[in-house]
Order: sequence, then structure tokens, then C-alpha cells
Amino acid sequence: MLAAASPGFLSPTGVEIAFLLVGIVTLGAAVVTVTTRQLVHAALWLVVALGGIAVEYLLLTAEFIAWVQVLIYVGSVVVLLLFGLMLTKAPIGRSPDADSGNRWAALTVAIASAVALVWVVVDAFRATWIRLDTVQGSTEVSGRSLFQYWVLPFEALSVLLLAALVGAIVLSRKKGEPPAASEASATSTPSVIAAPPAASAASAASGTSAAPAGGDGDTAGPAPREDR
Amino acid sequence: MHLAYPAVLAVLLFCTGLYGVLARRNVILVLMSVELMLNAVNLNLVAFDVWLRDTLHAGQALTLFTIALAAAEIGIGLAIVLLVYRNRGSSDLDRLRDLAERADDADAADRDPQQPDTKAEATA
Repeated sequence: MLAAASPGFLSPTGVEIAFLLVGIVTLGAAVVTVTTRQLVHAALWLVVALGGIAVEYLLLTAEFIAWVQVLIYVGSVVVLLLFGLMLTKAPIGRSPDADSGNRWAALTVAIASAVALVWVVVDAFRATWIRLDTVQGSTEVSGRSLFQYWVLPFEALSVLLLAALVGAIVLSRKKGEPPAASEASATSTPSVIAAPPAASAASAASGTSAAPAGGDGDTAGPAPREDR
Repeated sequence: MHLAYPAVLAVLLFCTGLYGVLARRNVILVLMSVELMLNAVNLNLVAFDVWLRDTLHAGQALTLFTIALAAAEIGIGLAIVLLVYRNRGSSDLDRLRDLAERADDADAADRDPQQPDTKAEATA
């Protein structure tokens, strides 16, 4: 808060050292994710990066978000990405054409924006100090603020998740069926069972997209179904 | 803790994801890079929320919403990717060029094979 009261960078606290080490691991895993030529390894390194970010949330005392991160990202999003890799018949070994031809332009853009943003951020927040003495994101605090002040966005989000679920099912139906998009929500269940691989992935997808609403709180469950 | 540590880490993660989005060729790898960028934004939101000690906890609520939106996005995105793969037999971004402008006018050759594809995508 105050520039005069903040400690310097040369005497880091234990939390800062832990944050720095986990941050280096996270950044290294992210770099390997975007540069490796083995597609399945990229998904597995993404697990390391997302788990590292969950540890950073814990160090910032936002524990509820850390566990949501582990559940949603590490638990389901990466599994979905692996499903997608398998269903699009991604090569298991090294694939020479993982990077496109404009990787040098991409590297230039990324390094330029990294330098500019690091310069701006360090210049702006050089003397800003976060006090971590009280827990800011325990489950009680998060639940209280979520269901006291953010109920309406929460319900809107559950409706959006329902729309995403129906959309994923409609998108992944087989080609030969009659194009009855309006009654897709009513007839979706038998078509998912009948349709082979892609629809099963989409049902997994919709299961995951329903997961955060169920994970955040139980009130999100019945609300969209009444709409249907 | 200094606010500069999470802010700089978020910036570097975001730029890593930016490189991945621009340089990768497989659609699913591009989706992974988008996830990295979203996580960088989430880290910023949590760090600034803890710094400001917001009574409404807007940053953490928005982080939860972003995580849920990312899950919805990855579901829809993978459904679209699988649909494209089923129609075209490839998930290579450089080969999906039907909407690109071309210097040589190959309309007559393109229009006929495109017709069933666009129809199938519209009705699917």
C-alpha cells in the first residue's frame, strides 16, 4: 500500500521464495506445453502448469479457488483435451508439423509484448505490498460473497452452462439425422447413446461444463432444468 | 508479498499462451494455449483481489465465473473441432482455408465441393 512501508526485493520472505520457485516450475511447464512436438506430452505438461497455478492460489490464501482450479482444470479440462487429441487421431510420437510456419513472427510478438508488459507492471507495482496475514479466500468467505452479492450472475452462468451443454450435444450429432435443432434438448439423450465416438466426447464435454455449476453450489442444479 | 511477483508471473504466462496461439498448428494445442492465457488472467484477478481486500470479493467471484466459462468454452470448442475433423479429416489450422481470400480466382472449383459441407455444418 505505502511505498515507504514496503520491504525491498533483496530480503524476500518465505512465501515469496515459495511463490518464486513454484512460479519458475509453472512457467517452465507452460513453455514446454507450447513448444513440445509431442501432442500428448503437451497436455500432460499443461497439468503441471495448471497445478502450479493452483499452488500459487494457495500461497495467495485463495484456497477455495485453488481447489476449484484442481477440480475443473486439472480434473476435467485436461481430460477433455486428451479426449480431443485421441478422437482427432493425433500422432503419439513426435509430429514434425506441430508448429506452423509463422513461429518466428509469433516469437517476436510474444517477446515484444512480454517485455512491454513486464516493464509496465514492474514500474507500476514495484512498491505494492500484499498483506497475507488473514485468509482472503476461504470457502466460507467465498461462499458468502458468492451467494450474497453475486447470486444473479451465478444463476445466469448456470443458464449459460446449460446452453453450452445443449450446444455441444447439438453440434456433435451424427449427420444423417433430421435437422430438428429446436427439439434437440428433448431428443438429445437417445442420440447421444446411439452416436459413436464424437458424441461420447461431447457428452463428456457437457458433463464437464455442468460440473462447475454443481461444484460451486447445489442451487445451480435445479434452476436451469426448470427452464427447460 | 510483493504484488509484482504474481503480476509478472501472470504476464509471462499470458505471453507464453500468446506464442502458443500464434505458433501452433493443431487446433487442440491452440485451445491449450488459450487455457494458459485464461489462467494468467485468473492469477491477476486473485492477486489483485487479495491485495485490495475487496468486501464483495469481486475478483474471486469473477475468477470462479471465468473458470466455469473456460469449461464451457472448451466443451463447445472441442465439439466444433470434432465436427471439423469429421467433415475434413484434419484438425490442421493451416489447411482450413475456405474463408481465406485468394489471389487467384478459384471460385468455380471451390463452390461445388463447398456446398454440401456448408449445408451439413448448417444443419448439424
